[in-house]
Amino acid sequence: MPYPAYMEESIRKLEASRQRRMKGEIPLISSDERDIMVRKYHPDYRETGKRKLLLGPNKGETMPEELANQLEGNSRVDPDKVDLSKIDYDVDVLIIGSGGAALSAALLAQEKGAKVLIATKLRLGDSNTIGAEGGTQAADRPSDSPVLHYLDTMGGGHFENVSELVWAMARDAPMAIKWLEDLGVNWDKEPDGSMRELELAGECRRRVHSCKDYTGLEVMRVLRDEVRCRDNIDYIEFEPAIELIMDDKGRVAGAILVNLETNELSLVRAKAVIMATGGLGRLHTQGFPTTNHYGATADGLAMAYQVGCSLIYGDSIQYHPTGAVYPLQFVGILITENVRGLGGQIINIDGEQVACNLEPRDILASFEIRECTERHKGITTPAGNVGVWEDIPLIDMIHGEGTIARRLPSLVHKFSRFNIDLIHEPVLVYPTLHYQNGGVRMDANSATEVPGLWVPGEVGGGVHGRNRLGGNATLDIYVFGRRAGREAAEYAKEVKLGKLTLDHVRQWQRELEQLGIAKERPFSPMLLPNYARQPSDYLADLYTEKLQPGLVKLA
Amino acid sequence: MAEVAEKEKVQMLDIYVMGKRYKVPEGLTIQTALEYCGYHIIRGCGCRAGFCGACGTIYNFTYDPTIRYALGCQKEIEQNMVITQIPFFPATEAEYTIEDLEPEEGENKLLTLYPDIITCFGCNNCTKTCPQDLEVMEFMAAAIRGDIKRVAELSFDCLICGLCAARCPQGLQPYNIALAARRIYGHYMAPKSQHNLNRVIEIEEGKFDAELEELKKASEAELRKRYAAREIESAK
Repeated sequence: MPYPAYMEESIRKLEASRQRRMKGEIPLISSDERDIMVRKYHPDYRETGKRKLLLGPNKGETMPEELANQLEGNSRVDPDKVDLSKIDYDVDVLIIGSGGAALSAALLAQEKGAKVLIATKLRLGDSNTIGAEGGTQAADRPSDSPVLHYLDTMGGGHFENVSELVWAMARDAPMAIKWLEDLGVNWDKEPDGSMRELELAGECRRRVHSCKDYTGLEVMRVLRDEVRCRDNIDYIEFEPAIELIMDDKGRVAGAILVNLETNELSLVRAKAVIMATGGLGRLHTQGFPTTNHYGATADGLAMAYQVGCSLIYGDSIQYHPTGAVYPLQFVGILITENVRGLGGQIINIDGEQVACNLEPRDILASFEIRECTERHKGITTPAGNVGVWEDIPLIDMIHGEGTIARRLPSLVHKFSRFNIDLIHEPVLVYPTLHYQNGGVRMDANSATEVPGLWVPGEVGGGVHGRNRLGGNATLDIYVFGRRAGREAAEYAKEVKLGKLTLDHVRQWQRELEQLGIAKERPFSPMLLPNYARQPSDYLADLYTEKLQPGLVKLA
Repeated sequence: MAEVAEKEKVQMLDIYVMGKRYKVPEGLTIQTALEYCGYHIIRGCGCRAGFCGACGTIYNFTYDPTIRYALGCQKEIEQNMVITQIPFFPATEAEYTIEDLEPEEGENKLLTLYPDIITCFGCNNCTKTCPQDLEVMEFMAAAIRGDIKRVAELSFDCLICGLCAARCPQGLQPYNIALAARRIYGHYMAPKSQHNLNRVIEIEEGKFDAELEELKKASEAELRKRYAAREIESAK
């Protein structure tokens, strides 16, 4: 499905301006101008699709509606029907999720002597990490320093980042890279072993480590293999947590799991719980498509919130400026930021550059929204989606022929399946829901306000402020996953659990009833989005009526 | 469904999900077509973007028995396609500690981990199966020779979907063998990054502690000033 003729016309204009664009680079805008752009055009500042939370630690704060509904959701279990004396798994550390943060935590906890259980919703390793193409920041070149990394991260986050967390991340970054190298990750290197690093938007040094454009996949393959090979780490697939268990001292002390295929419940007693369930892309806030994995449904945010953890910047969502718009099958999927790092420019229907390609994500997303809405300079696809061009062929003109094929093989391969040759043609892009900037409030070891619960990775918040830089997400997961695993294992050696209880669930349901909103709220966690087309008009009430707590609705 | 086709002016195609016929609009992937049919997928769906290998699918056509392979999230449906997903296939995986796998003269570590690989008789089904178009049989041959570097290079784009193992008549697991090879290459054979190691030592010795502490305490105005004053190294 190559581009239709009318889109090709716009591509001719883009090609005509290439020589000129190669010479005169548009400068970055100032930090004051940035503030104006985001306030005017970024979806975070739009009032529609949001509402105030009615209960829980962040009561009164405004959140995207889809997230607010999950945070205020009904429990999937009836506490009176669960026998807490029948424990199926008794472990030191329970890890919920199995992406980069979860598996990093599992390995470090195991090294500290803990008996570890991983419970995950899909296959071991299925996560957003696997789709992380760009790479991982670490200030390890002689001309760079953790100090510059710290400054870049703060600036990108509009100086609202939690300083303690940025400190931990910038400081630990080179160690995380080395740890992965020692586990057998194949970082892109020069023949002398020096890392081939890229500068992404908002970064003052080349600092992003990659493994071609399969960076997250390469790391996940290795972490998954290592977890599988180690004694004392067990894992259960297709069996997510649906509720946390507490003890009578107010500590998190385990979780209830559900087998997604049989609906059977399992009880885990754990001295420490690491919630590493990632983000919320599949909630499709404000109706955006997403780059996220099938399982990114805010489960951890909801479960942590319901035991009393507060959120920080829960309303801040990252819309990645380069989500694909065409062909239809690719709507929302990520075009890696490395394309911009290599010089790919953003171009409107008339062949004019929209903004500097190295603007931070929220700024460029704002520019694109302005171009396609207010200025009407976007390109509309036959399906009615609008976007602007990202000029990929320019990369070979800047860096020499063959660069695109060598540095972006997965991208070229994907589009070639639809007869689009990205070595010679641009790709159409528009902002896509990519990342939860905020999350559960945590300290430098990912510990939450509730004892016994850690939240490394995307589910935790604060380190990125209100906007994350490219290459800091995969870094965040390894750094905080390792820190959480270490600390949770140490904590598990000391803690003496009290009597297990689900009183917090009873209390939560009581509050929902008192507010009169229990019937309006969905079950939480969501577990999976439901894209199945369902002819519901003739189905019996059993299917159309909202199920009562105690029943697990999965299909 | 006929109304949908008329309203949106899209053509409806016949597909057969595990032999059962459905009419679905053209332009969908195998994955979105299954959802259009009403399936709520639990297994066989992951990143939905061609990275994770969860949605390995086998198909042919009612008029053509030749078996073909694809990722469900990447392959567009065609008229008279007969589809089944293979989200899991039994395959053994060697257990090892990477520290014990240092390549030694006269020993092929891959053969030690996976002795059965010598039974490969070169049918090339694995190569035909690979949705990433990898030269699977060629890296299996390299594995038998003990050429770890070659295995690592040829297999780098592997998504671990497992389709190669599903179609191997000898019950081999090319994707797991390649994974071991890449880890051995990354750990022992790729040149070590000296500048990274130097930086790790500097950090552990506390070289940046004072300046980072100072930044942690700095006011927003001070941070903004230092941020604006950064020297920007241009992309190379």
